Amino acid sequence: MSRIGEAFADGPAFVPYLAVGDPDYESSTAYVEALAHGGADVIELGLPFSEPVAEGPTIQGAVTRALDAGMTPGKYFEFVEELDVDVPLVCMTYYNLIYQFTTDDDERKGPRPFVERAAEAGIEGFVVPDLPAEEADPLREACDDHGLDLVFIVAPTTEGERLERIMDRVSGYVYVQARLGVTGARDDVSDRTDDALGRLEDWDVSEQGPEARRTESNGVPKAVGFGIKTGKHAERIVEGGADGVIVGSALVDIVAEGHREGRPAEAVAADLEAKARELKEGAASGYAQRVPEPEHT
Amino acid sequence: MSTSKFGEYGGQYVPEALMPAIEELEDAYERYVLDNEDGFMDEFRRRLRDFGGRPTPLQHAEQLSERYDAEVYLKREDLLHGGAHKLNNALGQVLLAKYMGKDRIVAETGAGQHGTATAMAAAHLGMPCEVYMGERDINRQRPNVFRMRLNGAAVNTVTVGRGTLKEAINETMRDWATNVEDTHYVIGSVVGPHPFPVMVRDFQAVISEEAREQVRERAGRPPDSVLACAGGGSNTMGAFHGFVGDEDVELYAVEAGGSSLEVDEEEGVAPNSASLSTGDEGVLHGARTKLLQDSNGQIMESHSVSSGLDYAGVGPELAHLVDEERVTPVTVDDDRALEAFHRLSQEEGIIPALETAHAFGFAHENPEQLGDVTVINVSGRGDKDLESVIEESAKRDLSAAPDMDVFDGGAGL
Ligand SMILES: Cc1ncc(COP(=O)(O)O)c(C=O)c1O
Repeated sequence: MSRIGEAFADGPAFVPYLAVGDPDYESSTAYVEALAHGGADVIELGLPFSEPVAEGPTIQGAVTRALDAGMTPGKYFEFVEELDVDVPLVCMTYYNLIYQFTTDDDERKGPRPFVERAAEAGIEGFVVPDLPAEEADPLREACDDHGLDLVFIVAPTTEGERLERIMDRVSGYVYVQARLGVTGARDDVSDRTDDALGRLEDWDVSEQGPEARRTESNGVPKAVGFGIKTGKHAERIVEGGADGVIVGSALVDIVAEGHREGRPAEAVAADLEAKARELKEGAASGYAQRVPEPEHT
Repeated sequence: MSTSKFGEYGGQYVPEALMPAIEELEDAYERYVLDNEDGFMDEFRRRLRDFGGRPTPLQHAEQLSERYDAEVYLKREDLLHGGAHKLNNALGQVLLAKYMGKDRIVAETGAGQHGTATAMAAAHLGMPCEVYMGERDINRQRPNVFRMRLNGAAVNTVTVGRGTLKEAINETMRDWATNVEDTHYVIGSVVGPHPFPVMVRDFQAVISEEAREQVRERAGRPPDSVLACAGGGSNTMGAFHGFVGDEDVELYAVEAGGSSLEVDEEEGVAPNSASLSTGDEGVLHGARTKLLQDSNGQIMESHSVSSGLDYAGVGPELAHLVDEERVTPVTVDDDRALEAFHRLSQEEGIIPALETAHAFGFAHENPEQLGDVTVINVSGRGDKDLESVIEESAKRDLSAAPDMDVFDGGAGL
C-alpha cells in the first residue's frame, strides 16, 4: 500500500488543502507545517493555475494571491523539497500545468516530465479536477511508473459506468465531492453530503466490509470534501461512513483573513493549527460514534 | 459515436461533475442533430427561416471588387436576426436544451452578440436565461447588455481577471457545475469539451451550405478563397465547413493581431488574440487546442480592440485544420481593423462588427491572395461597436475615419 493509503489505515484521515505560495512563499511554508502539527494525515498542496474552473471565490482568491506573489511550477517543487513535514503530499492542480511542464532532459509535452519532477521533489499523489477518467490514461501510466497515486473526484452526478471507470483507475483515495458546484466553505452540511454518503455505503457493500477492503491492494478509502467547515461537519461525515475529510476553503479563509488584516504569519499559522486540530478531532469523534462494524477476519 | 478528437486536439477536460451532462449532451447531439430524431433538425431549420430570417443573401460587393480586382462576394450574416451569425448556434442549442428537457439556460458572452442571440432564442422558446459577461466587455458593448436585458435575460458581471471572455467562460462553467441537472450551457463558439465543437460547427455550417450554392449560382464557379475572422472560430468553421473538402478553395482564418504579436511573459499578457498564428498546444476550457500561454502553461491575458475576438484559445478543429495546412491563419491588428471598419462603412454602406472588420482588413492588405472569386463572411453588424469605434478612432490617426466634429460644434474629439 502507498503511504497515502496507509494514512487512512488507523482511523479517519484529515486531509487539508492550501494553495502553495498564498500569500507568499515563506508564510505558505509555515502554514503547511502548521497543518501537519495540527494533525493532518495527508496534505493537498495546490499548484495555482490561472483558470481554476472548479474553485469558488475563496480558492480563486488564494490562487490569485499566490500567482501575484510569483508562484510557478518550478518554485512549487522547491517549496515541496524544503518542507519539513512527515505526511504524504498530494499535488492538486489543473492539467495544462502538468501537460506543459518540460525539463532540460525531457522536452516532450505530456505528463511524464512533471510526474518525474514531482516524484523527485517528494509528491506522492495527484488530484486534477479538470481531468476526467476519459482523458487520464497518460497521467495514470506516468504515475504508475513512478509509484505515485492518482486520486479521482467522484461527483454527486457520477454513477453507473462512470463510477466503474473511475474506480478502475483511482488509487490513494477517492475524493467524494459532497455537493454539486465549486469549492467553498458552507455553514451546513448539505443534503447532497448525505446522498454522497449513501452512495459511499453502496460501494462498501462487500462481503468483507470496508476495513478488510482497505487492506487489499485495490481497496481505496473514500474521503469527502467540498463545503466542510467545522469539527462538527467532520464528525457527522465520518460518523456517516467516510474514511476521511478534505478541507480547503475553511482553511484558506483563515489565510485570506490574516492577509487582509496584515496579521503576522505566526499568528495565522497558530489559527490554522487550531483549526486543523478541531477538524481532526471532529473526524476522530465521528469515528468513535460509528455503529461498530460486524467482526470479520 | 461522434469522435471527440481532431487529430490530437479536442477531448473532454472538464470536472467530473459535468461529465454526466456532457455524455447526455453527446447522446442528444447524436440523436437530434445527426439523426433528426423527433424532427429536431426540421424544426431548427424552420425556426432559423421564420424567426432568424435565413437564408441570408450572398451579395456581390461592387466597390470592393473593383478595388481588389476580384469578384468579392459578401455572405451577409449581419442580416441574420440579432445582427450576427451567433443566432444559428444559439437557436440550435436552446432548442436542443428544450428537447433534452432542461429548464434553464446559461451562456457566456464576449462581445455580447452570443449573449444577445441566446437571450433572443431563450425568449423565443420560453426558457429562462442567465448570461455571464466580463466587466470590461460590459462597458465596451453596452447596447448588447441592454438588448439582453430587454429580452428578459439576467446579465451577471464577472469581475475577476481582465473581465473578458475567458473569465466569463470560467464563471459560466462554475454555474453549470452547480446547476448541471436542470441547466444547459449554451457555449458561444466552437470551443469547449466535445461535443460542443462539432455541434456548434454543425449549427453554423448553414453559412457555408448556403454560400457554396449561392456562389455557384452567382459566379458560376467555386470561389478561390473564403475569408472569415476567428475568435473562438464559430463563424469561421461555419463559413469553412462546406468548403473544407473543396481542395482548391483557400481558407483564411483572420485573427486579431491586437497591438502587437509580441508577448510579455513577465506580465502574462499577449497583446493580441492570435492563438492559431502564434499559440502553443495546451488544455483550456475543456479542450486541447492552440493557446496563448506562458512557458509554464499559465493562460495569458489576450487583447483585441474587438471583444468577440479577445480570447486566448480557439476551436480545436481549426487548430487541427491549421496543422494540416488546410486553413491558413493570418492576423490583422487593431489599427488595420479599425481602418477596415470605416472603409466598409463608407464604400459599401455596411457597418460591420469590429470582429468582422478584421477579415476585411486582411483582404485590403492582401488583395493578391483573394484569387478571382472570394467570399468574405460578414459575421455581424457593427451597431454594438459604435461607441468603442468612436473612442478608439479618436485615439488614432486613421485615414479612413470620418471626423465627428458634428458632435461638439467643430471642436474635434
Ligand atoms: C460579429 C462577430 N463575429 C465574430 C465573432 C467571433 O466569434 P467566432 O470566432 O466564434 O465566430 C463574434 C463574437 O462575439 C462576433 O460577435
